[in-house]
Amino acid sequence: MPTISVDKAELYKALGQEYTTEGFETLCFEFGIELDEDTSNTERPIVNGKQEPAQLKIEIPANRYDMLCFEGIALMLNIFREKTPLPNYRLVTPKSGKLETITVHPDTMKVRPYVSGAILRNIKFTQENYDSFISLQDKLHQNLARNRTLVAIGTHDLDTIKGPFTYEALPPKDIKFKPLNQTKEMTGEEMMTFYEKDKHLGKFLNIIRDKPVYPVILDSKRTVCSMPPIINSDHSKITLDTRNVFIDITATDRTKLEIVNNIIVAMFSQYCAEPFTIEPVEVISKHNSESRQVPDISPRKATAEVDYINACCGLTETPERICSLLTKMCYSATPSNTDANIINVSVPPTRADVLHQCDIMEDVAIAYGFNNLPRTAPSKASTIAQPLMVNKLGDIVRMEAAMAGWSEVMPLILCSHDENFAWLNRKDDGSTAVRLANPKTAEYQIVRTSLLPGMLKTIRENKKHSVPIKVFEVSDVAFKEESLERKSRNERHFAAAFYSKTSGFEVVHGLLDRVLLMLKTAFLTHEEGLKGDEKLEFKGDAEGKGDGYWIEEIDEPTFFQGHAAAIWLRLGGKQARIGEFGILHPSVLEKFELRYPVSTLEINLEVFL
Amino acid sequence: MANVQNGSTGDLPSEILQALSQKDTILSTETFPSIKSTDLKGALDRLASRSMIAYETIDREEPVLEAEALQIAENGSHEARVWEALSKKMEGLTVAELEAAVGDKSVVKVGQGKAFKLKWIEKGKDGRLVKLADSIDDTAREHLQVIQKTKTYPDPKVITDLKKRKLLKMQKVISFKIQKGPKFALEIAKEETDLTADMLASGAWKTATFKPYNFKSLGADQNAGALHPLNKVRHEFRQIFFEMGFEEMPTNKYVETGFWNFDALFVPQQHPARDLQDTFYISDPKTADKPHAEDANDKGEYESYWKNVQEVHQKGKYGSIGYRYPWAEDESLRLVLRTHTTAISTAMLHKLALKKGPDGRPPPARYFSIDRVFRNESVDATHLAEFHQVEGVIADYGLSLGGLMEFMEIFFHKMGIEDLRFKPAYNPYTEPSMEIFSFHKGLNKLVEIGNSGMFRPEMLEAMGLPKDMRVFGWGLSLERPTMIKYKVNNIRELLGHKVDLSFIERNPAVRLEKT
Repeated sequence: MPTISVDKAELYKALGQEYTTEGFETLCFEFGIELDEDTSNTERPIVNGKQEPAQLKIEIPANRYDMLCFEGIALMLNIFREKTPLPNYRLVTPKSGKLETITVHPDTMKVRPYVSGAILRNIKFTQENYDSFISLQDKLHQNLARNRTLVAIGTHDLDTIKGPFTYEALPPKDIKFKPLNQTKEMTGEEMMTFYEKDKHLGKFLNIIRDKPVYPVILDSKRTVCSMPPIINSDHSKITLDTRNVFIDITATDRTKLEIVNNIIVAMFSQYCAEPFTIEPVEVISKHNSESRQVPDISPRKATAEVDYINACCGLTETPERICSLLTKMCYSATPSNTDANIINVSVPPTRADVLHQCDIMEDVAIAYGFNNLPRTAPSKASTIAQPLMVNKLGDIVRMEAAMAGWSEVMPLILCSHDENFAWLNRKDDGSTAVRLANPKTAEYQIVRTSLLPGMLKTIRENKKHSVPIKVFEVSDVAFKEESLERKSRNERHFAAAFYSKTSGFEVVHGLLDRVLLMLKTAFLTHEEGLKGDEKLEFKGDAEGKGDGYWIEEIDEPTFFQGHAAAIWLRLGGKQARIGEFGILHPSVLEKFELRYPVSTLEINLEVFL
Repeated sequence: MANVQNGSTGDLPSEILQALSQKDTILSTETFPSIKSTDLKGALDRLASRSMIAYETIDREEPVLEAEALQIAENGSHEARVWEALSKKMEGLTVAELEAAVGDKSVVKVGQGKAFKLKWIEKGKDGRLVKLADSIDDTAREHLQVIQKTKTYPDPKVITDLKKRKLLKMQKVISFKIQKGPKFALEIAKEETDLTADMLASGAWKTATFKPYNFKSLGADQNAGALHPLNKVRHEFRQIFFEMGFEEMPTNKYVETGFWNFDALFVPQQHPARDLQDTFYISDPKTADKPHAEDANDKGEYESYWKNVQEVHQKGKYGSIGYRYPWAEDESLRLVLRTHTTAISTAMLHKLALKKGPDGRPPPARYFSIDRVFRNESVDATHLAEFHQVEGVIADYGLSLGGLMEFMEIFFHKMGIEDLRFKPAYNPYTEPSMEIFSFHKGLNKLVEIGNSGMFRPEMLEAMGLPKDMRVFGWGLSLERPTMIKYKVNNIRELLGHKVDLSFIERNPAVRLEKT
């Protein structure tokens, strides 16, 4: 959620009312924004010998792009408090009757296909609203524009350049201009190097760096206005004295392009000599049929059903009352003449977040006050509670292990590749583990395929604990599974580890016996069992043999030779290896920095489902 | 045991009993002056625990003579020794002769100066030293002798003065005042520590003396097993869900597709939550299949669902204008580690759309899950790349926001949380969205305890759920309420391999309703 800092005194002036911190907090809470901090009583930085005035830091929900600046917050709260009506934004053609034009060249399709624009005439900047204008562009770039990848904004002093304008895409070496606040001219190529290390701009270079052509806005004299989405030219930069502002907006996302345009002009046209007037621009873009006049600030006509709104909110309001509630949320709405169940709603150009009547319904609820809505019974139907069977099974094993004197641990599911394989002397056959593409640290490379690494790490971090340490975990591991939609499956495992001055091999063995006894599985002596098959699948098998489990010595590098066994289970005449237990090999202990012997047990529980 | 000295028989307890048999009260300083107090205490404790004696400990400080003072007490002060030597020779002595007579150069050196000052001696005509006073009082020696004997001196000034002269130091002395106890006897009876089967068989318990039990210490360690605190809280939540008729969802799927985790939830493909910064993507296996049935019983219409989702994002549908962007199949088929269990709720609701209740419509349903979710977060005190999400879903006809709030009151009341406040919020897949707050008395402010809302029609109608079936969803993390409840400040002390095993072993049983 973006946080916007506004001057507290200025905001209260704009609201026409002083608030206590708590009072303002309550207003924010009701409206659905959040007062993060009131800096009145904190130490504030001193800039140019003047202490920064007290700020309110307000968190704005991610869908309210229209509140990313002082102007928007003040306006929306005033409308909510019924102090101001919704402004009537108007497009005004210049006296000449001729609109400025931006002609789009087809090459822009290769890099950044869409452009829009607008002109704000006779604007009067003060330091405050100028700063707010710049800051809004920043916030829009960061949020809605996804760090300029989707949309980028350029603003220019129209009196320094002369239309008609063109939006072109040129080879980087053919673009040459003095970037904003720089002293010498550079080519597009040179800028890529020049801004490489720039804290602010460096991160945007990737958006166009490797493209054959870079987008550029030019005036009629081929003066470069901007090279979006990187930088504007110094030549056309706006200052406090700028009276006429030309806004260029370029994008890869057609919808967000116009949303950004609408927000900017809606917020800053109030400073024009004639407030809330915008001079439109003609975009000529024949090659992709995008020729049009921009911005389109006409409200979107929508309808909403009275019974839907009332039902969702638990209200029985009249269409008229619903319409009046909607005014507080900056809509203009009227009951339909033809259908008593319909209200006609004008969605202002600033409310691009309104997609469906459910958004209108929510705004009715907010205007009414969430906490004022009548309470009703939660739901009428009775439903039947039901546990997930694998969780029920897992809980049985957890209880039995704890009753047997073992402590439950909860390590992480993600681990490093080494911890899961090399450190356990296990090989990755490439078809087992799910691998992450973008972990921030080497701790998270794969989804574990065994519970052992987490338990051994837990013991490593608890070496100060008295021995023996007896820990267990019942949780999921994941394996690759090409046949499934998600190409992966979880498997519920039970594992335990014993750490002491002696190995505890027979203790771990005893835990296995105990848990399997509780799962109604009889122990079979080895002679009763059949020779083990290495496949982890049930196999149809000899009749006359009872269900149960047996163990068979194994020689696997995870374990100390002669002290490890596979656990075999036969259920319903099918048999499978379900896990193994043994004394860990000393080289494994060394990798996990364990000084004493460790015996472990790990089995797949899902066979008992 | 006691290292008894001074001709003791080696059985200090017996000696103490013997001494007490002759005298009601004895002082250890008098009766056992040379036995170390630690040894004495051992013996006394043994007798006291059997109530054979009672004793009091007396702590006091007493003056102890330094090495030089011991010499003075025995032989006299330096000046007195000089005077004495001279008083034996009327004609006096040379310094060398004096040194020979006293037998200690340093004594002579210090002593003659003082003796001159006290006018006890003088220099004779031939330079020899001769006595001047006829008799002297060697007060220093007398004082020290008194102190040596009585460990004190009537005039405290004397002790202060001698301390200044570094002849005395104060030493802490522990001694004991010992009296007979209720079970006083000369013989120490053999004490039994426990009642045994043998004693019952032989009847020895009737006559045996039992050692008193130490009621001040803890009992024997149980070497008990323990469940993890987070799982104990999970159990409580699960119980609450069961009490309210919820069915547990199959969340045993860590890997999800972009489709189920985001697109089906009407989260647009450019949404920041889908950034590499926030979501773990999977590099191997590479891509998912399009949604399809995975068992014979699944009669889901996956192809049309996929198209509906695409359409509602790209062009809008079901009365929504949509996000209006080119929706990419590839993005939807990327594999991710689920960022929320809502991916599973979505699949459950999609299945619900196919079910037919008695009236031919999908029946009302209540689902819940408590399971691990993954975020590509930078790890700090409140963030881990993994945590548990508690999630509930209620699908029914004619649900209203007032019902959702009422349900939340009941749900949180079961955890001892009252007086909820609801704040409008934003979430791409719920509308309205409500953050749930509760006033926390300890922190003296409203704290957010969960998120809730009604799933968007764009999400539900794409699945084929009827327009008038509305669905509540809410979620909270398992870790946060646990951390608040048990005052754990760092999530790494609660989840993961860095958790202290003693914390797991000693964490009390969880009763969420008790505040």
